[in-house]
Amino acid sequence: MEIIKTDIAIIGAGAAGLSAAIAIAETDPTLNISLISKVYPMRSHTCAAEGGAAGVSKPEDSLDKHFDDTVSGGDWLCDQDAVEWFVEQAPKELARIERWGCPWSRDEEGNVAVRPFGGMKVERTWYAADKTGFHILHTLFQTSLQYPSIQRFDEYYSTDLIVSDGRCQGVTAIEMRSGQLKAFAAKCVIIATGGAGRVFPFTTNGAIKTGDGMAMAYRAGVPLKDMEFVQYHPTGLPGTGILMTEGCRGEGGLLVNKDGYRYLQDYGLGPPDPWPRNKAMELGPRDILSQAFWHEQQKGRTIKTPHGDVIHMDMRHLGEVLINERLPFVRDLALSYLGIDMVHEPVPVRPVIHYTMGGIDTDRQARTPLDGLFAAGECACVSINGSNRLGSNSLTECLVFGREAGKSVIDRITTMSDADTTLVKQQRDKSQSEMADLFMRENTGESVSGLRREMNDTMESGAGIYRSADSLNETCATIASLRERFNAVTLEDKSNVFNTDLIQALELKSMIEVAQAMAHSARRRDESRGSHQRLDFTERDDDNFLKHTLAGYRGADAPSIDYRAVVITKSQPAKRVYGGAKS
Amino acid sequence: MSERQITLEVLRYRPESESEPVFQSYSVPCQEEWVVLDALNYIKDNLDRTLSYRWSCHMAVCGSCGMVINDNPMLSCKAFLRDLPDHIRVEPLHNFPIERDLMVELDDFMDKLKSVKPYLIPDQPVAEEDGTYRQSSAQLKKYKPFAMCINCMACYSVCPQYGLNEGFVGPAALALAHRYNVDSRDQGRRAREDVVASNTGIWECTFVGACSEVCPKNVDPAAAIQQTKIASTVDYFKDLLMPGKRDKSGNAKQAAGDGA
Repeated sequence: MEIIKTDIAIIGAGAAGLSAAIAIAETDPTLNISLISKVYPMRSHTCAAEGGAAGVSKPEDSLDKHFDDTVSGGDWLCDQDAVEWFVEQAPKELARIERWGCPWSRDEEGNVAVRPFGGMKVERTWYAADKTGFHILHTLFQTSLQYPSIQRFDEYYSTDLIVSDGRCQGVTAIEMRSGQLKAFAAKCVIIATGGAGRVFPFTTNGAIKTGDGMAMAYRAGVPLKDMEFVQYHPTGLPGTGILMTEGCRGEGGLLVNKDGYRYLQDYGLGPPDPWPRNKAMELGPRDILSQAFWHEQQKGRTIKTPHGDVIHMDMRHLGEVLINERLPFVRDLALSYLGIDMVHEPVPVRPVIHYTMGGIDTDRQARTPLDGLFAAGECACVSINGSNRLGSNSLTECLVFGREAGKSVIDRITTMSDADTTLVKQQRDKSQSEMADLFMRENTGESVSGLRREMNDTMESGAGIYRSADSLNETCATIASLRERFNAVTLEDKSNVFNTDLIQALELKSMIEVAQAMAHSARRRDESRGSHQRLDFTERDDDNFLKHTLAGYRGADAPSIDYRAVVITKSQPAKRVYGGAKS
Repeated sequence: MSERQITLEVLRYRPESESEPVFQSYSVPCQEEWVVLDALNYIKDNLDRTLSYRWSCHMAVCGSCGMVINDNPMLSCKAFLRDLPDHIRVEPLHNFPIERDLMVELDDFMDKLKSVKPYLIPDQPVAEEDGTYRQSSAQLKKYKPFAMCINCMACYSVCPQYGLNEGFVGPAALALAHRYNVDSRDQGRRAREDVVASNTGIWECTFVGACSEVCPKNVDPAAAIQQTKIASTVDYFKDLLMPGKRDKSGNAKQAAGDGA
């Protein structure tokens, strides 16, 4: 069957996609759901999240505190109505997956335990040791197996949305095991494909995080919002980029430079003692910590290694018992991949690309501006993350907005007519002929791996922790030429069955488009805010830039850039304050 | 960083052009700290774009890159070259049909996973307004090791029983059933017994224990299966000696007390 008729197509089966699917299946079992993913659901990158998920659950905490930490952490670029709603839903969703069996770590009374995380006034991060994302993903996937209305299409690579008459009517996808192009004719489509960290060379993100869903929506005319904001996590292992969870610092880990000095006290996060202390020093927000590393590097106070400069994260004082109980996975990772046992030695770490704050333009109800199209999770930008996501908000975001996307679809679908199958077939045939062109192209010498390397390099050199008009101009120019050259890319593999040369080519196409949106959005934001730091505009500029960037697709040309005001409800922009003697 | 020239002998199978799998050798300049996956990625990016295999996280948690490396099923992202000789043979997992190159067909496992009902089946579910279950750390510890499976399929690759009888539910799926059976929040053991204690379930296992030896996450499926056998035997005799005495879930009242 080339055309698969379904009520709802969900693209992506990580935490957001599965949450949406279950929400729909629970509410209305008569709705047929096609859950489409380029990998088996348990391979989704949710599995790599380590530290935990934020949600208010303790008496000393409050929704207002979670709101404040999120909004100030995002340097006031968050839409506050969405954040208010998000913090309210957060504990409900975390409790829901507890009732579905998630093995949360517990306190002495048998209640779910919480740990401190960066940029938080109060401990509110629920955790399952240091494999929280893994357990959330498997809990969701296994729970989803009891709903017959969820039909899975594992290892289907989605290529394009089908759009006509001002609405989304489905998606085309390659069944990877046969190489056949199928079309899903759907009344509603939810995109939940995750982020695009692979645009950069050094990232915690798995190979699958290539921004496919973002690019699909973008090509279909939906703006990509706030794409200039890309988060560096301050503590990745050199060489591999493997994440050392923020939980390491949450449990009391220290960051020191080559002199053994806790340098964060020089960057507005001190004084260093008493320690541990919430929202100070090592428990500062990720953007400021990653930027502090850059400054230490400029001052020559980092440590040289064959895999780039590092600083040390010291956890020796935590002791083996606590490390084994709370951080067993990262202990093993550092030991295996670096030969460093954190019980006895400090672990070398450096900032690493981790998360895309920007994404598909959605509102609080996970709706995009295109009728019938919804998005949730890292691929979407509501925005609750603003210019810098608070650690441990992203898993919760997947659950909250995944469910919200499901609810919104149920609301919308009742009055939605069937997709136009003639049109769907036409779209499929069009995509098929585009794919045939790629297959038939004579060898031009342009390879997928070559272009990908150049894209990675230009993003790192021009759009990294610190940027400038000059560096971004160069990156924009390079990407424009890469897009041009992509039209000549040739496949070595001309077969149908699991042609990963083809899939990587299509992923590269997505990545270059997303990279272009990132670079142009960054080039136009002449200020420094959160994760977007400009060497030529070093201050935040609320007069001109307290607004969201909207990058619009314009075919082969560079994107259009527009702006939309940020929603402020109760927190007027102020200076971000961390450190201080009291937490 | 020192470089080492390594020969990777990789099993290739392209069903559209080959009637059966053949080995292909690649000479790869490797960094000493690399894993086998890095060497495969080097081949893919620099030597041969047609080689196909699954991978994603490169940190031993997504479970995609299970393959047989010098006769041992392992995650290729955690198979360190420092532990391996200069000649490395890489094959797809055994006991599964090969789809292409290093990729095997997982349909059978995905069906089995579903068949063991791997989700909480509580007698009295906590209502939404009441929040969460209580569970002590001791109760958590009882099932948590069995919740660590990443579905990498290494255990099926070495299971002699699965090799002989593909109907066998197999180590990972049975370990997962056990994970829910011993969760203090669950009373679904009886519901799972239809499959778990059937003639393709736990009783097929001959306790060779190879599954537990190769598990990269120390899940110990062999122990899970033996523990399930004991519980299932107890159920059987209880039914025999005290017909009608058991509640519908088989172990509900007991389980709450057991774990504490």
